[in-house]
Amino acid sequence: MALTDDDVRRVAELVRIRLDETEVKPLGEELSRIFSWIEALREVDVAGVAPMTSVVEMQLREREDAVTDGNCPDRILSNAPMAEDGHFVVPRVIE
Amino acid sequence: MPSDLARLGVAEAADRLAAGDCSAVELVEACIAAQEAARDLNAVVVDTAERARAAAVHADQRRQRNEARPLEGIPVAVKDIFCTEGVATTACSRILDGFVPEYESTVSARLWDAGAILVGKTNMDEFAMGSSNETSRCGPVRNPWSPVNGPSLVPGGSSGGSAAVVAASTVPAALGTDTGGSIRQPASFCGVVGLKPTYGRCSRWGIIAFASSLDQAGPLTRSVADAALILEHIAGFDPRDSTSADLAVPDLHTALQADVKGLRVGIPSEYRLDSLPGSISDLWEQGIAWFRDAGAELRDVSLPHTRYALPAYYIVAPAEASANLARYDGVRFGARSMGADPDELYTRTRRDGFGEEVRRRIMIGGYVLSEGYYDAYYLRAQQVRTRIAEDFRQAFQDVDVLLTPTTPSPAFPEGAKTDDPLAMYVNDIFTVPASLAGLPAISVPAGLDEDGLPLGLQLVGRAFDEVTLLQAATILEDAAGTFRPPAAAA
Repeated sequence: MALTDDDVRRVAELVRIRLDETEVKPLGEELSRIFSWIEALREVDVAGVAPMTSVVEMQLREREDAVTDGNCPDRILSNAPMAEDGHFVVPRVIE
Repeated sequence: MPSDLARLGVAEAADRLAAGDCSAVELVEACIAAQEAARDLNAVVVDTAERARAAAVHADQRRQRNEARPLEGIPVAVKDIFCTEGVATTACSRILDGFVPEYESTVSARLWDAGAILVGKTNMDEFAMGSSNETSRCGPVRNPWSPVNGPSLVPGGSSGGSAAVVAASTVPAALGTDTGGSIRQPASFCGVVGLKPTYGRCSRWGIIAFASSLDQAGPLTRSVADAALILEHIAGFDPRDSTSADLAVPDLHTALQADVKGLRVGIPSEYRLDSLPGSISDLWEQGIAWFRDAGAELRDVSLPHTRYALPAYYIVAPAEASANLARYDGVRFGARSMGADPDELYTRTRRDGFGEEVRRRIMIGGYVLSEGYYDAYYLRAQQVRTRIAEDFRQAFQDVDVLLTPTTPSPAFPEGAKTDDPLAMYVNDIFTVPASLAGLPAISVPAGLDEDGLPLGLQLVGRAFDEVTLLQAATILEDAAGTFRPPAAAA
């Protein structure tokens, strides 16, 4: 399994990590090596096998649909890199 | 002697405190002094000495008023992945620079509610992604077993700092987290006990998420009994974690004294790798003999899908990581690299904030979850995971616990594997299968190799049967004895 340069650029864009053009090829080669190793999974007969969705046997709980938390904007903003008037500050979105 | 106090185990220290032989202030001062003396290990990344001193005074006052709680005054170090209210928490990543949680993780909160005292946040691989503690933005940790004037050996990872402080006897116990072996592998490398409870036994709430279907908190200690004691106080149902198990926590500490005659111990043939060093296969044989001598019944078992565990893990864990780490966007918390528009802000922040291994795993995860690849990779990996869990279920029809080596090698020198991700991933070959199946597992120090480095043996138990697991671990510990690094043995 070999990743093309375009695969690498596409994934970097999907996961929002800036990539220098010089890094594309070495990263692609490294990821390709990892994926060749992962290819071993193709040997396993998984016909009719349910994918694991719950690690230990348990029923997911339900709770009443009610507000149990919140109303603490100051605590939520306390770690923001930039905040103003009770809001997060981001670069201009609309021109 | 203050330095002697730092060397006490959890139960011993609790007894000494209860008997009035020492105060919490003396115990905490001893641990602070011992940590200071062991600074060159780089095992502690956030110093909490002042807060610990204040808590110790409070603990002594409670005891005087006869209000002492079970762990009153016991110092515990905590991996920097647990959110600690008012104390910097970064998971040893640049991207969480300056983050000070407004809340406390459930597991650490339970320790403090039981009277324990935080004495330092410990070093770790960035976001728990690594097996040598070398991906930490705070720098590597020196294994206390490193030769005195020789090269630094890694402590293992990702809970490398927690294993190192316990091995160096600067605290009686530390908390770690285990996703694919991150408690057990460093415990093995540092000659201490490391327990990964059943998935769901301890709440994940307030623990910085890596792979949510695998992450579990657990103790690192110098004895099995101490691991049981700490687990008893951190385990239990938490409505804030949707996969927390609503089950009573057994009285683990007293359960250790039960008779284990007739215990059935399984030896999985698939773990007998040709590449296994002689010292490790010999130790495994020794472990089998110890169980036989203790009256256990040994049985060969087969876990046919063992060899697919690591590749499946390297799909599932990065996939979940790429989703969990999407929250680090430079907007709500942590470090920010400015950009002209939001997209540039995100991509620069994440580029500058994440280290190389974290970026690599996010890329793997993003790829296997992307359109057209999901079925071939992620879905198939989760099917293989079902197969692996079935293997264990089958085996546990005939046996009560499984005995295996913890790691395929002893601690290795710093830098030995940093250029080859696959060589690093193979460290977890024996620990990942139990993680994928959500089973409880423990590494117990069992011997030293020809270079005098510690080696652990792993026991794996049935889901939520920590009692039998810990009873079996006691047999191993009684036969093997305990091990202290030469520098700390004096």
